[in-house]
Amino acid sequence: MRCFRFWPALAVISLAACTTAFPQAPNYGNLGRTPSKEEIQAWNQAIGPQGKELPPGSGTAKQGQEIFANKCAACHGPAGEGSQLAPRLVGGRGALNIPTPSRTLANYWPFATTIWDYINRAMPPKQEGSLSASDIYALTAFILYRNDIIPEGQVIDATSLPKVKMPNRDGFIPQRLEDIHDLRARGCGAGHCP
Amino acid sequence: MSSKRSLRRQFLKNGAALAGFAAGAISSPAGKLFAADAPSADLHAYGQRSHFENDVRIGSLAMWPIVPGARRDYGFRSPLQDSMGIITPAPLHFIISHGHEPPDIDPREHRLMIHGMVDRPLIFTLDEIKRLPAVSRLHFLECHGNSAAAGPTGEPRKALAATVQDTHGLTSCSVWTGVPLALLLGQVGVQKGANWIVAEGSETGKHSKSIPLEKALDDCLVVYGQNGEALRPEQGYPLRLLVPGWQGINNVKWLRRIYVVDQPYMAMMESTKYPSARLDGKSRWFESEMGPKSVITRPSGGQQLGARGFYEITGLAWSGGGAVRRVEVSADGGRTWKDAQLQQPIAPKAHTRFGLAWTWNGEEAVLESRCTDDQGHVQPTLAGLNKFWGIDADYYRLPPATADMGNFNAIQPWRVSRDGSVSNALL
Ligand code: HEC
Repeated sequence: MRCFRFWPALAVISLAACTTAFPQAPNYGNLGRTPSKEEIQAWNQAIGPQGKELPPGSGTAKQGQEIFANKCAACHGPAGEGSQLAPRLVGGRGALNIPTPSRTLANYWPFATTIWDYINRAMPPKQEGSLSASDIYALTAFILYRNDIIPEGQVIDATSLPKVKMPNRDGFIPQRLEDIHDLRARGCGAGHCP
Repeated sequence: MSSKRSLRRQFLKNGAALAGFAAGAISSPAGKLFAADAPSADLHAYGQRSHFENDVRIGSLAMWPIVPGARRDYGFRSPLQDSMGIITPAPLHFIISHGHEPPDIDPREHRLMIHGMVDRPLIFTLDEIKRLPAVSRLHFLECHGNSAAAGPTGEPRKALAATVQDTHGLTSCSVWTGVPLALLLGQVGVQKGANWIVAEGSETGKHSKSIPLEKALDDCLVVYGQNGEALRPEQGYPLRLLVPGWQGINNVKWLRRIYVVDQPYMAMMESTKYPSARLDGKSRWFESEMGPKSVITRPSGGQQLGARGFYEITGLAWSGGGAVRRVEVSADGGRTWKDAQLQQPIAPKAHTRFGLAWTWNGEEAVLESRCTDDQGHVQPTLAGLNKFWGIDADYYRLPPATADMGNFNAIQPWRVSRDGSVSNALL
């Protein structure tokens, strides 16, 4: 579904190729400007399961422990056990085949990349964006280690993080990310999927 | 009288010279007031509802920190019990922002970037987006937790809640104005291999959500207008995404970025908070489309019927699958059904108003409504949903620990007692 943008020579071809997706794709001229590479880099905070966008940097649980004590423990508890102010980040393991399963990070979250992405976006509250990439790798390593998901010495970086298998990675339907998009094939009628 | 006095005070604010005029105006016919060279009172510059009207949203902004005894869920519910027609006034539209305050965005500074697997990434100003051909469409927007019989951490438990505002107040409907997302994606040129977009907001926390490209190209809108004026800040001013018929979480507010990618990005909400848990320990994620649903808004829980006699049973129906084709109403707890009348307009993925004439004979009655959409999907009974999920009624009495069953769309019964009081009869 590649759609060229208004090359006169290709106009006919591209319109034909895009009929379903873009009925007329007329030329709106100079609306919008091309961002620079740096602009895209600065805005591009989304980290997918493959971790393609993960920035350089690295960290270990040991480094993460100190940052956690300074920046996270006040809300999430000294050992990540949670408090009135914030959910637990460590523990909460238990059965999922019960009516009210525990959805903690260790018990439920399917991807380790989500931890990095979420801390980067949202933590700590009111100082979002204040942590360096290596700080976030270290914090992620600390949380994973305290949950017995990685060994203490493991270095977490752009290569190792996407490879961490979370305990509940296989707990979702459909399991393959490729199959998620098609509600109809999944039989999701009337708002409920089997 | 005190309210009358406050109205007068608003006029008096405009200066002593106008005081006489204002005092006279209160008892004068309205036509006279407007015929006169009216002072630029706030009331005239930007209207307000009558001071006799006092419906408000109810809820709480955040569920953290945990305050003992306080409501424990995100969200402000819309007062459906007094809703008229199908449009929700913007100031009463339900709000869920997962605890984040609306950012104070200067529209001149706001930008939307579209990039990723595209031929030509682009950054748009709001002005540029407004120069593109606009569409206005009627669509409901609903939280996947709306009317949930259990959880997330709602207190009071929604199924046991008294009013339709508590049970169903996380749906609203507006005329949205903006640009089809397909048009913007046409400008950047989506590349082969792209299957998803990730939409991202500009609030603290920068909520992000993966949406299949098919849906993005089908009917999604990049919206700046709501019911004829600019979006309200709590609804995403100055720009938001609208993903018609799908769980509210997709409709990213304060939209600043669309990233075209090959697979879902498994952001925090979609991968950890919104999947619904099955009893076998597996969770379904990306259930996305909201099923057919309806609810009687009058008479509804907490209201009081007067003398026996004529009442119109009225309510709202909607479906994420398309247009509402039929609404049936029962006054005997689902034993017999009658077709309700559907009021125009009936738009796809929009609230539809239904009504049925009813004479209350003074005896106990259980009022229910059932929606069928143009896909032929029928709103289920609670028993039907329970069977599907493999749970029994005890499930709903468990402590509301986590968001377990989303997209709850069971038929909602209201019991009219002999004394005319109306209460929730779901469980
Ligand atoms: C001011 C209190 C506060 C501080 C400090 C704080 N957090 Fe949080 N954190 C929260 C709250 C509140 C939530 C829940 C947000 C929500 O559910 O919307 C949360 C959620 C999280 C989550 C998701 C947990 C889940 O199960 O949903 C992670 C991971 C997290 N924080 C990591 C961190 C890290 C790492 C730090 C230190 C850099 C940190 N937080 C500092 C309050 C805090």
